[in-house]
Amino acid sequence: MSLRSPLARARGLGAAHNGTHHWWIQRLTSIALLPLLLWFAISFASLAAADHATASAWLRGPINAILMLALIAALFQHMQLGLQVVIEDYVHGHALKFVALIAVKYGTALLAIAAVFAVLKVAFG
Amino acid sequence: MGTRSRPLSPHLQVYRFEWTMLLSITHRITGVGLAVGSILLVWWLIALAIGPGYFAMAQGMLSSWVGRLLLLGWTWAMFYHLCNGIRHLCWDAGWGLEIGTARNSGLAVVAGSILLTLIFWGAIYMLRGA
Repeated sequence: MSLRSPLARARGLGAAHNGTHHWWIQRLTSIALLPLLLWFAISFASLAAADHATASAWLRGPINAILMLALIAALFQHMQLGLQVVIEDYVHGHALKFVALIAVKYGTALLAIAAVFAVLKVAFG
Repeated sequence: MGTRSRPLSPHLQVYRFEWTMLLSITHRITGVGLAVGSILLVWWLIALAIGPGYFAMAQGMLSSWVGRLLLLGWTWAMFYHLCNGIRHLCWDAGWGLEIGTARNSGLAVVAGSILLTLIFWGAIYMLRGA
């Protein structure tokens, strides 16, 4: 016997009205990051001693630029969701938690935008 | 009834220590560490966008011993978080939730992350010959 209304059950969004969205995006981004991070680790290792011309030639390659943008998108989304949970679990003061959650949202967005800008500047520059 | 008299779940010290606990908190710690490391990634990309002089300085900082030590920590953290992430995805699919399997997969994650880190740095030193 369920105490939830038929409408609530059909929507399946639970008490937070978000459903499994946070959990699902965390998983989707993690699956995307598996191949992307292995690709980046190999690329970064091969660029360990590279000069500017070699490294920017690498990033100007369309496949590399596109994969790099995909990595940035998945990474910072995953990072934002992960840091959000850590703050929710360990930061207990209401005001501090509120400020920290917003700072993480803005901070990760800003890092992602800066990274995308840098990639595009090199790719089109 | 006030909040004080409500029952609380027991605190962490109550439970008998299990290695899987340490692996669990390490997943979070490496996650936060990697978030800090992502600032380095953005800085490296911006250095590349700024130009040859600044990029050479950035590459120089990364190949200093402090830079290498930080990168060693971050590569291990990345491989650990990646391997343990696969373990989490398996749990989500309902695989490997038995205590024995969870212990063994935890061991595999630790071994795998160390092995991948060694392969990564071995490849760099072989490529550079330095």
